[in-house]
Amino acid sequence: MCTPTKRAQWREDLQHFRKDHGISKKVLLNCCLVRRIITWASPSPKDSVEDELELSAVRHRPEGLEQLEAQTRFSRKELQILYRGFKNECPSGVVNEETFKDIYSQFFPQGDASTYAHFLFNAFDTDHNGSVSFEDFVMGLSILLRGTVQEKLNWAFNLYDINKDGYITKEEMLDIMKAIYDMMGKCTYPVLKEETPRQHVEVFFQKMDKNKDGVVTIDEFIDCCQNDENIMRSMHLFENVL
Amino acid sequence: MAAGVAAWLPFARAAAIGWMPVANLPMPVAPTEKNKRQDELIILNVSGRRFQTWRNTLDRYPDTLLGSSEKEFFYNEETKEYFFDRDPDVFRSVLNFYRTGKLHYPRYECISSYDEELAFFGIVPEIIGDCCYEEYKDRKRENAERLMDDQEDNKDAKLPNMTFRETMWRAFENPHTSTMALVFYYVTGFFIAVSVITNVVETVPCGSAPNQKEVPCGERYTVAFFCMDTACVMIFTVEYLMRLFAAPSRYRFMRSVMSIIDVVAILPYYIGLVMTDNEDVSGAFVTLRVFRVFRIFKFSRHSQGLRILGYTLKSCASELGFLLFSLTMAIIIFATVMFYAEKGSSSSKFTSIPASFWYTIVTMTTLGYGDMVPKTIAGKIFGSICSLSGVLVIALPVPVIVSNFSRIYHQNQRADKRRAQKVQKARLARIRISKTGSSSAFLHSKRNGLFNEALELTNSTEDEQRLSKSTSLLESQHHHLLHCLEKTTNHEFVDEQYYQQSYLEAGLQNYPSRSPSLSSQDGVTGTCCTRRSKKHHTPLPNASAPAHMQPLTHTHTHPQGLQELSTIHIQPLSTSRSSLNMRVDEPAPLNCQSSQITTAIISIPTPPVTTPEGDAHLPAGPTHQNVVKVSAL
Repeated sequence: MCTPTKRAQWREDLQHFRKDHGISKKVLLNCCLVRRIITWASPSPKDSVEDELELSAVRHRPEGLEQLEAQTRFSRKELQILYRGFKNECPSGVVNEETFKDIYSQFFPQGDASTYAHFLFNAFDTDHNGSVSFEDFVMGLSILLRGTVQEKLNWAFNLYDINKDGYITKEEMLDIMKAIYDMMGKCTYPVLKEETPRQHVEVFFQKMDKNKDGVVTIDEFIDCCQNDENIMRSMHLFENVL
Repeated sequence: MAAGVAAWLPFARAAAIGWMPVANLPMPVAPTEKNKRQDELIILNVSGRRFQTWRNTLDRYPDTLLGSSEKEFFYNEETKEYFFDRDPDVFRSVLNFYRTGKLHYPRYECISSYDEELAFFGIVPEIIGDCCYEEYKDRKRENAERLMDDQEDNKDAKLPNMTFRETMWRAFENPHTSTMALVFYYVTGFFIAVSVITNVVETVPCGSAPNQKEVPCGERYTVAFFCMDTACVMIFTVEYLMRLFAAPSRYRFMRSVMSIIDVVAILPYYIGLVMTDNEDVSGAFVTLRVFRVFRIFKFSRHSQGLRILGYTLKSCASELGFLLFSLTMAIIIFATVMFYAEKGSSSSKFTSIPASFWYTIVTMTTLGYGDMVPKTIAGKIFGSICSLSGVLVIALPVPVIVSNFSRIYHQNQRADKRRAQKVQKARLARIRISKTGSSSAFLHSKRNGLFNEALELTNSTEDEQRLSKSTSLLESQHHHLLHCLEKTTNHEFVDEQYYQQSYLEAGLQNYPSRSPSLSSQDGVTGTCCTRRSKKHHTPLPNASAPAHMQPLTHTHTHPQGLQELSTIHIQPLSTSRSSLNMRVDEPAPLNCQSSQITTAIISIPTPPVTTPEGDAHLPAGPTHQNVVKVSAL
């Protein structure tokens, strides 16, 4: 019972079992003990083979340089530099969420960047397969660094819209806001209070939600941002990165 | 920030676009790369072997030789490469450190040559990865001991101008330094032996008068034995007093093991002298004589091996403790089992569980006296299990103790564990510092940045040049990123101490009459006054302000590091800053040009508040109730 996948699988089975049969916990524990002993005594061979396959499948090679050049707005040299950095940190060619969180947390030593990194990961992982390959990475970066303002705002909207339903609700915004404030950590001036993220969300919604229906749609968002000078200016801030 | 993730900084900065729509404040300007070079390969020629790497790889660690401009000293114009006349094998590890961020120590390398190379390239050995750190430390310790051995052999040269006391102490510690010391050494040894033999012979039954029972010699020749004992004790006392006199640190000497043994050895005699007449305590007196046998421990000064044995036992304290603990557990278990097993049989010697302890111990150590034997079948079964397990339990920790003894014996024992602990603490401290270095680096550069801005305003350029250290581009970009986050959330990063104090302040909001005085942190540079005073300047309400009113908590405008004593309301950044209330007669730019740490101390509306440590503050008039002390250190 070592690998996390086995354990997770077992736990899932357990829950289903309990639900189906409505058995009390005590009885179940006894039963599980027996099951556990059996599983421990005879590890199923098929799992180990699957694990091996999984490991080898994780090694990922990106598409060719020409294709990437065509799909993104980066030059060849820039792609080379990006790939070198990417491969250095993730030799297997894909980033999974844990590594992503680790890397991102290194930039914010004072706070906890893992929640925001989770949202970022979902924003980058456009095909939602649980890992960010080099293509996903470079496409995202292409939008952020070389895209039009429209595309950037689109990307930001996508980031905020956690369940990708086309609307930003207050709860989603609150989650994002809390994640951002978490990155600040504890030692801030002025001292972070509980309601600071909530207040910030209120301000945001007042600004963005024109028809006051409690959600922000993509059009409201883009309109409002285009009318705000600060936001427009900050969109061009990182253009000379790389 | 680790090296590998430096490559991801562009990504982190790009992702910061996600904060922009929620930010309410304008973002700071991004740092520009002054001379943007295309990434290029550089060649490092180390004694003929050419290594090539990207320039960016080396730039990851700007405080080492290869990462800083120091390598320009080694640039060879003709061959367009950097030439180092060093060991190429060790250089491999050094270069891998830049590439992977982990420093490894190869086992085949000599420790001192490795250390030299690391020192040359400006790399601190503490960052050796965990995989190789144990090996590195072990080798280093062995080397240090070897060096100390060599040193000790040289120490015996006689130094001139030693006081009599120091000569005596040296004579005591190293008997072979002079003939007198040697004589003294042998004489004391002889008397220890005599004393021990006397104690032993005292109890031997001598011949007796025909009609009486045998008496021990001690009672037959009382006077002779007493004289012998007195003589020995006199010698020991004199020796102890002389050592005490000669010891460089008397307190430490008195606490050392050997001196305690000396004292315990001679004390029974004196106690016996004092209370020979009293009949009741003569029993206790007899017990005290047992302590005379401790004189044999005085031999450990004369024997190296004994000392090593003692030290081994001390250093194996944990293994011995484990042995004791497991034995106790086993004894209790088996005694209980045997007691209940033998309960049924009549005339059983196993009358209680503690009585069974004796049986268990005798059986587990395979002594088997035979005075208690189980009679029931169950008892015999458990008895055999007991003896088998006894062998196992005792045999387990013994090899550890043995190997320890041999190791110490071969290395001629040092107090290395104590030293290793200190070094371990130092290592962890250094790693912790380097980890917090990244966060404190940001705060530090913020202060520097603001200071530079303030200086610009007051047009004193020479200070600015002095203070603007060249942080690497990577660092400045990272700091810009953190700055953007601050602006997004409208809060600022501060360091731990400051946060705690401002947290306290938040708690004290409701007590207008008190505000503790605080001082700033170390290393804070900042001119508080000029920049903010231009924006909001509230005139200093002087002593006329009644004490119970809003305290003159001068929220110091300097954002970081300096104490910001909040007013009753803690408000977000933009509004709460009132200017530093300085002394009215002090010109504003003065503090700035002093270009040093300025601290704002808040007053308590009580008599002159003590500004905390080290301020050479300019005291405001003592008549001022609410006074601001601005100290320029």
